[in-house]
Amino acid sequence: MSANIPDPNQLPEPLPPAGDRPIDAVVMTGPPAGEPEPGTAADKGDTRHADRGTSLWGEAFQRLRRSPIAIVGAVIILLFVLVALLAPWLAPYGGEDTPGMSLVTPTDIPGIGTPGYPLGLDNFGGDVLSKLIWGARSSLLVGVISTCIGLLGGMVLGALAGGFGGWVDTVIMRVVDILLSVPNLLMAVSIAAIAGQTPFAVMIAIGAAQIPVFARLLRSSMLQQRGADYILAAQTLGLSRSKITMSHLLPNSTGPVIVQATLALATAVIDAAALSFLGLGGGVPQTAEWGRMLTVAQNFLSSAPQLAFLPGICIAITALGFTLLGESLREALDPKARKR
Amino acid sequence: MLRFIAKRLGLLVLTLFGLSLLLFFWVRALPGGPATALLGERATPEAIAEINAAYGFDQPIWTQYVTYIGKLLSGNFGVSTQTKLPVLEQFGNQFPATFELAIFAILFAVIVGIPLGYWAARHYGKWQDNTSVVLSLLGVVIPVFFLAFILKWIFAVQLGWLPTAGRADVRLDATHYTNFYVLDGLITGELDAAWDAFKHLILPGIALGSIPLAIITRITRAAVLEVQGADYVRTAKAKGMPNTILRNRFILRNALLPVVTTVGLQLGLLFAGAVLTETVFAFQGVGYGIAQAISNADYPVLQAYIIFIALIYSVINLVVDLLYGVIDPRVRVK
Repeated sequence: MSANIPDPNQLPEPLPPAGDRPIDAVVMTGPPAGEPEPGTAADKGDTRHADRGTSLWGEAFQRLRRSPIAIVGAVIILLFVLVALLAPWLAPYGGEDTPGMSLVTPTDIPGIGTPGYPLGLDNFGGDVLSKLIWGARSSLLVGVISTCIGLLGGMVLGALAGGFGGWVDTVIMRVVDILLSVPNLLMAVSIAAIAGQTPFAVMIAIGAAQIPVFARLLRSSMLQQRGADYILAAQTLGLSRSKITMSHLLPNSTGPVIVQATLALATAVIDAAALSFLGLGGGVPQTAEWGRMLTVAQNFLSSAPQLAFLPGICIAITALGFTLLGESLREALDPKARKR
Repeated sequence: MLRFIAKRLGLLVLTLFGLSLLLFFWVRALPGGPATALLGERATPEAIAEINAAYGFDQPIWTQYVTYIGKLLSGNFGVSTQTKLPVLEQFGNQFPATFELAIFAILFAVIVGIPLGYWAARHYGKWQDNTSVVLSLLGVVIPVFFLAFILKWIFAVQLGWLPTAGRADVRLDATHYTNFYVLDGLITGELDAAWDAFKHLILPGIALGSIPLAIITRITRAAVLEVQGADYVRTAKAKGMPNTILRNRFILRNALLPVVTTVGLQLGLLFAGAVLTETVFAFQGVGYGIAQAISNADYPVLQAYIIFIALIYSVINLVVDLLYGVIDPRVRVK
């Protein structure tokens, strides 16, 4: 019996083609016809969601699909991911290759429009276009892995704190407070400095620096949900605490965390560039990494500014994509906006 | 009120204590331990043993911890492995630079950001609003160090209006009492030195201020939008309240609450964010010191600077919380 209690926000979609507005409108006029569990907590307690006939996430997706900002963000991300995945086929040369070494002299670096090298060469004789493409791959890798580390670590800590409460909560949140007293970038820099100067260290550092933020966010979101009617209903029905936490509290508290994760991807891409700009990424100087390309470019700012501008623009556009999608997602999930 | 301050100060001490504990183990988690950290590349087994004995690293970890805390409390943060200067002294030299820079950056962000956000909210949905939204979005997505490059390229390299690097023109032999260069110039009456130091602040200051600018604009806009739609504003308007009073006393003052918090938080973050900007402009502040410490594996400096920055950050947050009560009587602690 206990397993049959659905979360109001996570009701199964009663009608298969959720994408159609007319159907939604019909559903709104009365209780959904095919609702499988009559008389459950969801029906009695919080009928608002049930009447809509779509789940929180389903509706958020509907909103996203209509938002031009979200679509622009999604398209940018899609392009970025495609370029990153297809790098070996798209890039004319390898990331660390220096095919144009003979064309480059310390005073003359061929710029955009050089025959054979559409975006020109860098000071090592590397093809800038190829390096940008390979750089997308390493940015994606660092961004995704570090955000996963932050998300995972933060969710475990946050769930422990929010789920157990009491002294577990106190201890975890004290540690989180201590970590939050060090500005994020400084923490990432310090961790990367001890973890050794490798791309892997950069991932760990950026991810670990995000853990406190995610932990605090999930915990406060769980505390907010704790007083909700459906939790009370579940408690009244005698569900065990772990059951309530794992299958009711947690799934309903992830909204803000997912939004933050999307925005964190933007920060991670920028921070990854920042860390390798500071030389914490390790590797050879001609490594195909956007931040690293900027480090090298600063010596040639007056003679070859495109070396700085091209990778910089790539970082900004990628960060823009994740930010646009994250902001739209936040709006789509915002209960205030949903009422409209 | 006093109890509130005492409680917050207590928490602050606890936080710093916890942080020092973390940092203590952090350095001991280094591959090769603290001796390797001190020696760097010169770490031969004999040298490590020597250092371990000299610094007491061979003693039980709790004895070490007590010694370490004792040293921190007496203000002994060790010696930089690179410059051989006491860390505290080095920080004292570099802090004024970052302080000047951070103040410039936050003033820039406040002076531009609050009016911009207000202006956007007054013209909600029009082109003014859209412009400010796009600008604040750009401020967030453009990496600080890339913006620093752009500014440097346009205003220093191409136009030659402003200096490309450093804190002051080396050819100006200015006297420095406080290490706050602008202030020094004003005190000694060397106005050209003050002006020169100020010119060196402009580009890094704008680059550093870009993120707070974006966030302050955004928060101001959201806050003004919320307040100007409030019932009491509508009532005041209906009663014929003059526009200036309505705007300044009713809308702006209430909208500024979240803005003050944001400004405080951002100011605290600038001290760390300066790592990148100061590196691009070779601006010899705390951030530059951190970047140097990283590339030289100068752990005593890194360790101490993290504590200092955390302290500054926490104190600023405390001040912001207290200010909050001054601005808004409703949240004043009883």
